[in-house]
Amino acid sequence: MSTQTPETETETETEPEAESGASAAPDHQQRRMDEKRARAEARDDAAAQAATEFEGETVELKVFRYDPEVEGKEEPRFDSFTVPFEKGMTVLDALIFARDEYDSSLTFRHSCRQAVCGSDAFFINGSQQLGCQTQMGDLEWPVRVEPLPHQDVVKDLVVEMDHFYDQMESVQPFFDPDELPDGELDEQRQSRENREHIKLSTRCIWCGACMSSCNIAAGDNQYLGPAAINKAYRFYMDEREGEQKRQERLEIIEQEHGVWRCQTQFSCTEVCPKDIPLTEHIQELKREAVKENLKFW
Amino acid sequence: MSESYDRGLVEDFGRWTEFSAGMWAWVFHKFTGWVLVGYLFTHISVLSTSLQGAQAYNNTLSGLESLAVVRILEVGLLAVAVFHILNGIRLLFVDLGVGLEAQDKSFYASLVLTGVIVVASVPTFLTGAF
Repeated sequence: MSTQTPETETETETEPEAESGASAAPDHQQRRMDEKRARAEARDDAAAQAATEFEGETVELKVFRYDPEVEGKEEPRFDSFTVPFEKGMTVLDALIFARDEYDSSLTFRHSCRQAVCGSDAFFINGSQQLGCQTQMGDLEWPVRVEPLPHQDVVKDLVVEMDHFYDQMESVQPFFDPDELPDGELDEQRQSRENREHIKLSTRCIWCGACMSSCNIAAGDNQYLGPAAINKAYRFYMDEREGEQKRQERLEIIEQEHGVWRCQTQFSCTEVCPKDIPLTEHIQELKREAVKENLKFW
Repeated sequence: MSESYDRGLVEDFGRWTEFSAGMWAWVFHKFTGWVLVGYLFTHISVLSTSLQGAQAYNNTLSGLESLAVVRILEVGLLAVAVFHILNGIRLLFVDLGVGLEAQDKSFYASLVLTGVIVVASVPTFLTGAF
């Protein structure tokens, strides 16, 4: 937690103490509360002071703001925040600092902060990237942070993800093997070569960066999108997959709004934070679909 | 659920400075494709003057070729056709899954090659045009 100030930590430590003394001695408590208030004021002053003048390097953050529920904020705008720069600071760190120190209404999704949960994909300086994975030092300053394009904005940097999740689920991302091993506790084994084949496709974290970068998905709402097709690839190429399910899944991805909508712009491959070769996977599925349809033996 | 804000397609072509190689290849391929489709119609209309006899055809062609602007457009047509062919070959390899890591380099290569061929063709097309 690089952006959390030490003051905030003291606050959380003192609170339980104050509560425990509540019933025992009212005078004592009163004094303590006064002291605490004075401390809090001093702290706020210090924070306000610190907010206006930082020592060392600062970076300007321009953040897309929009809140349909607050009067005067329905019109989207950009807010600027000046954030002290530290070595190793990510865009997410800077956003957290801006939210904690300036404007607590600044809204964005984040969870694990280590590029695993996939909840903090933003449009940073004109490309889709994970906030927690992108170093401030690597970007051109001032850094412009916007919500993912081609998705409806709910508030500030939060976008509507329902459609993306619907598409992910429409390819039926689950196993349905033809035969199960005999023993109840037996594993369903996969060969090393097959594992290598699907390895990259299993790395998807559902962040939605690829879908947002895709020009085709922007124009065609029914297009499955790179992430969903990659998910289908992950199961289609797995040797443990049942033949029946494989056929069904191929029918889903080779329909009109499936793999054939991809026009190999490589946008998704370039923005994928997990470096999944999405275009390659889509092209491989296209070839599978052609092979399947040309089969005359 | 509150209303949400649709930012629409604003960020698409307004952000052309941020397009990557693959995106430019797509844009150019679409553009050159439509230019070639458009050219086919003019091509047919010029060729069909031969239906009115050999003289009419010769007159049309020599008339067109005497115009400097037509000569310049021919250079442009060559550029469009050559790029479409080269990028088409690139897309064929992409479809076959060959060299996808080098897709941006092959796009730049087709651009450079197009440039070289077009420059080399300028004397052929423009001699005696002015």
